[in-house]
Amino acid sequence: MTKCRSLGLIVNPVAGMGGSIGLKGTDGTDTLLQAIELGAEPRAARRAIDALRSFERLADRVRFMAPRGEMGARELQECGLRYKEIEVGEGPTTSREDTQRAAEMMVRSRVELILFAGGDGTACDICAVIGDQIPVLGIPAGVKIQSAVFGVSPKATGEIAARFVIEGSTLSRAEVMDIDEEEARRGRVSARLFGYMHVPNRRLLQVAKARSGVEEVDLLEIGRETRSRMRAGTRYVIGPGTTTRAVLQELGIEGTLLGVDVVCDGLIMATDVAEMELLRLVDGYPSMIIVSPIGGQGFIFGRGNQQISADVINAVGLSNVMVIASDAKLASLEGRPLRVDTDDYATNRDLTGYVRVVTGKDREAVYRVAS
Amino acid sequence: MDTSGKSPRLREGFHQAAWDEPLILTIGREGRRGVIPPQSGSGISSVVGDVLATIPPSLRRSEPPQLPELSQPEVLRHYSRLSQMVMANNVAVSLGLGTTTMKYNPPIHESLVRSPKLAEVHPFQDEETVQGILEVMFELGEQLKAISGMHKFTLQPGGGSQGIFINALMMKSFHASRGEADQRDEIISTIFSHPANAAAPATAGLKVITLYPGEEGHPELDALKEVISSRTAGLMITNPEDTGIFNPNIAEFVRLVHEVGGLCAYDQANANGILGVTRARDAGFDLCHFNLHKTFSVPHGCMGGAVGAVGVREGLERFLPVPTIESDGSRFYLDYDRPESIGTVRAGVGNPHSVLKAFAWILTMGADGLKQAAHASVLNNNYLAAKVKAIRGASISFLDENPAHRLEQVRYSWETLTEETGVSTMDVHNRMIDYGIQGYFTSHHPWLIPEPFTLEPAESYSQEELDEFAGVLRRVSEEAYSQPEVVKTAPHRSTSDAPLVDGAYSRPAMTWQAFVKQQRA
Repeated sequence: MTKCRSLGLIVNPVAGMGGSIGLKGTDGTDTLLQAIELGAEPRAARRAIDALRSFERLADRVRFMAPRGEMGARELQECGLRYKEIEVGEGPTTSREDTQRAAEMMVRSRVELILFAGGDGTACDICAVIGDQIPVLGIPAGVKIQSAVFGVSPKATGEIAARFVIEGSTLSRAEVMDIDEEEARRGRVSARLFGYMHVPNRRLLQVAKARSGVEEVDLLEIGRETRSRMRAGTRYVIGPGTTTRAVLQELGIEGTLLGVDVVCDGLIMATDVAEMELLRLVDGYPSMIIVSPIGGQGFIFGRGNQQISADVINAVGLSNVMVIASDAKLASLEGRPLRVDTDDYATNRDLTGYVRVVTGKDREAVYRVAS
Repeated sequence: MDTSGKSPRLREGFHQAAWDEPLILTIGREGRRGVIPPQSGSGISSVVGDVLATIPPSLRRSEPPQLPELSQPEVLRHYSRLSQMVMANNVAVSLGLGTTTMKYNPPIHESLVRSPKLAEVHPFQDEETVQGILEVMFELGEQLKAISGMHKFTLQPGGGSQGIFINALMMKSFHASRGEADQRDEIISTIFSHPANAAAPATAGLKVITLYPGEEGHPELDALKEVISSRTAGLMITNPEDTGIFNPNIAEFVRLVHEVGGLCAYDQANANGILGVTRARDAGFDLCHFNLHKTFSVPHGCMGGAVGAVGVREGLERFLPVPTIESDGSRFYLDYDRPESIGTVRAGVGNPHSVLKAFAWILTMGADGLKQAAHASVLNNNYLAAKVKAIRGASISFLDENPAHRLEQVRYSWETLTEETGVSTMDVHNRMIDYGIQGYFTSHHPWLIPEPFTLEPAESYSQEELDEFAGVLRRVSEEAYSQPEVVKTAPHRSTSDAPLVDGAYSRPAMTWQAFVKQQRA
């Protein structure tokens, strides 16, 4: 008789809602309310379901434990998977306390792995109560996804969890990171190590964001080269990060470090824009997107820049995406591909293959992209 | 698993000579002389007069230079001591220096080049008086033509990078001759080719596009197709690359670049594993270069002048640097009358002494011998790879995705060792020399493979030496897991305890005065 594994599922229903509108996270009720007011839509549920699809073929080998409603039960129902409901997640809105209570109950019930959908915030919440008692896997669904406990995409996470059910795995420690959100909203990137959790198949997960040791002189050169390629009348969607900021600095523009800015003819059109405004600004106008991969991780879309959604990418045009990065940053990927993880799988697929990367004056790289 | 059954003998008692020898500028005594040149006789000086008067006042020193003043035996002892403290190729196994092909440099070649017929010849002597040297250079060209399939060679470049540089210049001249100079300004290379394949064309004013590898560790056709266009001047690529992986699609790479009108230059620094097996021209390449100081046994670096021998296909010879070495059947001569030449990149004809050594080596080996050398180097490399792979903490780059045999070298990683013990590749490097083995080469920059090391046994090392090398790495790995501090604070048996003053890496002292200043600070 095949062993039936017991897994926990926790979905943070509000995770990621800040992303499309340019909020740098949804920790704190004020930010969440602001997000809802600005028209943010929940995406964690959808991503959790994408991951859970990997279990449909293993339905009789796994039994889930999950909180009520949007925190897990609903997603499992949608996939036709068996589960035992725990008494958490009542009420119209859910909170960090719900996540933590659920995790504690799962540890007491000796589940073998907690699968959770959220971002670094959710990861930190869970880490705070369970530490390394049982392994976890994170379905990337938040805004900040810097920790090393996440898969590269919801589907990839589902597959790793499925493999764990079938054949087990050795476990290793993985970093749980967080940014100080108040600092972030003030334009200062300071990630810190929150703690560690255990994960299976660490090598298949995404890498924790790393400082890529990019030198000032590289940024200057890339900024200049990118500026020299900018054409009159074209609207440029400038993604977050220090490499793209070098472009803004070259133009003499004060943009936002962690936000998305729009520039045209050397002048700022909008700063820290949300998805809806981006669509309005680019639709029907000649435009380009300039992004740089996240150091160590390699994501060019889907991490830290969810405002540049699949809809925005398609409105601008896939061939109008410019990737900029120094050779040092590309080297920090250690041969791993660049990655995309928007909410639209067709767009993700279209972006895979090889992409040209501006690495300096009269220098480019050709680097592969995976999804 | 290592199934050799017995452990190799390691040099447990090794200690490098440590003479504690001061800098020569700090020893000696004023007035001491080693050589006293005789005064010219009055018959000469009355005709010549004061030779120093011909030096313009602006070039004259106001004071004599502060040269050291030592006796001959002091000079002899000083430099002999320094030489004892060098882990040279003739005392320490250097197979760890991947990409440089540290094969045997036969000492008999040194006696050949000491012949007065070469050593006492002036570079600008009349051609009629140096026919022998010209013949040797001409014949080496013929040998390299046979090895590569190319039509004509130049031996003028003073190293691989200079060879690549002239390949870039010749590509530019070719496109200019067809009115496409402005249009074709892009060179395509790869991240695992030697960095000169990017730097040299950039120096020649070309834009550079660098392909990063696919999953299997070599550049892919899809990457190339992304960037070939009517702007492509050419492809400049090393194959096999520094990973030791031979690009299975190399001929198709060449075909695609030709299709858009570009030229292809083959960096054959890594030719040792393919000599006599495959030729540059057979893969369609238009230009190539060899490093005589790698593949052809000429000593490296300070031990002898490098030579980047460059070969071109028929049709491109008109762009070669001047002078070329020609033969009319009865005599050899230098041809300067080449209007489309890119010019001169080095004084005279290059490094004739290194050419002579390479020529002698090829004659010694013969065509069969070259092929045997290639086979032996690949065999040695794969034998060593099997041993290194089995060492705890070590791995071969791209092995999971690409289990194919590597050719003449392998790029390894200590990533696992570093994760598990905190010991880095440089730490291992510093500890291995405590066992009398020369430290290995890590990787060109940027480091794609984390904590890298690149080994290239070549054909000259015996099985016992390969076993000893692997044994040293195994021992250092064991030390990393059991007493990491020993590795992290190595070397312990070297010429000095404290290799460099703090900050010396970031602000190297290039002169004696700068060094003194730095010491005082």
